[in-house]
Amino acid sequence: MSALPGWRQLPIGAVNLVPGSSVSYKTGEWRTLRPEIDQEKCIRCRTCWMYCPEGSIIEVDEPYKTKAGREYKVTYKIDYDHCKGCGICANECPVKAISMVEEVI
Amino acid sequence: MGKVVPLGGNYAVAYAVKACDVDVMTAYPISPQTTIVERLSEFVANGELDAEFLHVESEHTALSVAIGAAAVGARAYSATCSQGLALMNELLYIMSAMRLPMVLTIVNRALSAPINIWNDHSDFMSVQDAGWVMMMSASNQEAYDEVIIGYRIAEDPRVLLPVITSMDGYIQSHVVEPVEVESDEDVLSFAPKRRTWYVLDPDKPVAMGSVGDPNYYYEFKRQQWEAMKEARQVFDEVVVDFAKKFGRRYSAIETYMLDDAEVAIVGMGSFMGTIKAYVDRARKEGIKVGALRVKLYRPFPADDVAKALSNVKLVGVMDRALVPGSPTGGHLHSDVIAAIKQRGLDVRTIGFIAGLGGRLLTMDNVKQMVSALIKYKDARELPKEPIFIGVRE
Amino acid sequence: MSTLTSRFEIRWHGRGGQGIVTAANLTATAAIKAGFYAQSIPTFGTERRGAPVIAYNRIDRQVIYERSPIVEPDAVVVADPHLLANPKPLVAGLKSNGYLIINTTKSVEEIRSIIGRSDVKIGVINATKLAMDVLKAPIVNTAVVGAMLAATKILPVEYAFEAVKDMFPERLVQPNIQLIKQAYELVKVE
Repeated sequence: MSALPGWRQLPIGAVNLVPGSSVSYKTGEWRTLRPEIDQEKCIRCRTCWMYCPEGSIIEVDEPYKTKAGREYKVTYKIDYDHCKGCGICANECPVKAISMVEEVI
Repeated sequence: MGKVVPLGGNYAVAYAVKACDVDVMTAYPISPQTTIVERLSEFVANGELDAEFLHVESEHTALSVAIGAAAVGARAYSATCSQGLALMNELLYIMSAMRLPMVLTIVNRALSAPINIWNDHSDFMSVQDAGWVMMMSASNQEAYDEVIIGYRIAEDPRVLLPVITSMDGYIQSHVVEPVEVESDEDVLSFAPKRRTWYVLDPDKPVAMGSVGDPNYYYEFKRQQWEAMKEARQVFDEVVVDFAKKFGRRYSAIETYMLDDAEVAIVGMGSFMGTIKAYVDRARKEGIKVGALRVKLYRPFPADDVAKALSNVKLVGVMDRALVPGSPTGGHLHSDVIAAIKQRGLDVRTIGFIAGLGGRLLTMDNVKQMVSALIKYKDARELPKEPIFIGVRE
Repeated sequence: MSTLTSRFEIRWHGRGGQGIVTAANLTATAAIKAGFYAQSIPTFGTERRGAPVIAYNRIDRQVIYERSPIVEPDAVVVADPHLLANPKPLVAGLKSNGYLIINTTKSVEEIRSIIGRSDVKIGVINATKLAMDVLKAPIVNTAVVGAMLAATKILPVEYAFEAVKDMFPERLVQPNIQLIKQAYELVKVE
């Protein structure tokens, strides 16, 4: 670990001069179980996106057509760099399109 | 030259706040502070002051709002006392540690229970650890001037700490006496609004209120110690500037007849006026008594206090708040002892508790203190407990 | 100019709502306008309408440092005649050669026999009647200030007029100046 700055070097009042820098802190490695979205079952209701406490559900402008022929304009994906594997998305999904599977390293 | 106006302490403070062109004011009414913010809300309502006056549901929220206002760069103000100050407590620590400037006026009042709206220093003294610069005035003029001086200190880039100004409830807040009120232009030129601190600005984004884990927290506390040291220096500079501009001279301590004093009374606030008047009387009878008033309480002017008392045989420190179970019973007494002993001086002290819950201090009470000082002046053993002045046995 | 050469202390007795605190403020304002240092000191805790209320003034040529209670006033002003039912607190501590100014229909002799003090000057004024005539309300504070100034001569009465102009809303300025003038002329002091 590199030496941390002394009190004279730090900005006063614990002000963070690089806001948003927490994205560089990869919390994905905390996971034991990882969520996986079954794009065939997913109805694009956005419930997982709303419930995710880490903002790790990403709405992507990527069209998808199911085998049954249903067309969607967006696809939901998971930011595995930051998803901690809490499973809230899987629990909340109204159509059980998200499953929690063991993380294999 | 300002205009001499008969003013109660609360109105005097309201005029000073208005002259400082405060941007955001927020408070919850509590006696005896209420008429400060009442007058300020009138200034806003009738257009004399262009500011936001936020009505909140508690003092806790009042200071939260002030923190938010200061965080976006506004000049913020609030006033409170007693239970209101107690309810603000956790935010006091947050604001000083976030290094956000503001001025908060405490109109000193006792803490419950029993319920008591009258004056003592229990509330003021209870927040001595909160990391704020703290001043206590002794006249309405001084209460007015402290607000103006307060913004200069708070917003000084070397300091960046919130400032508490104070006056005694009723004895100052509601007593009318002459106050020289300066023009808004003069006040603002003395205490111009400068955004010297980090603010939340979308063009230059920063994040505030972050976690300080064990790797970081300590460093920020170390910074606060340094800021207080700077505040001590800045206070001296600001009061010199103030005297140049307005002709009224203040210092961290006010001494009275101390040069050849054998015994002295140390205290804070408006009762020190009564003590000065008693010193005048006692001197006519040949009693070598002096007085010292501490105006700047945090940072504590330890060097000044120790130096001023270095030739006094016995010092009586009057506290107007009681700390049950502490070695001395009074905050000020403990501070005075620390200042003396750290500098290796052989000055002895005894403690007085007086004027709790609005119990008025009479000339007879001062006489009792001076008699005790004379009695113990050459005694080998000093009382280890405070002497309670004016309490019924 | 005034005859005030040393510290002068006044105690005001009245009931909540009669404007005793205003009387003390008015006196302090007038004294400050006359170039003195002055304090106006209300007491607290019993500000209910109708409750006995006390206020004080300290006036001096020098800056006043004292914040202690006034125990030996040079003058006592009583705004409410009913307070005479219990005369002891009214004259408590009143200095010998001091002044008792009272709103009453009684004569100086009657008051003197009630309070039992031959060593003080007594001023009587029917301030309630004056106030009813001028203001149509029994608000006697300005009238008793006028009576007090006539009896004690601590300040020229004109400074009280100036203070009224500063402190009162426009419509009340002239009536109150008139009240002060009338009381100033009508008070009987012996």
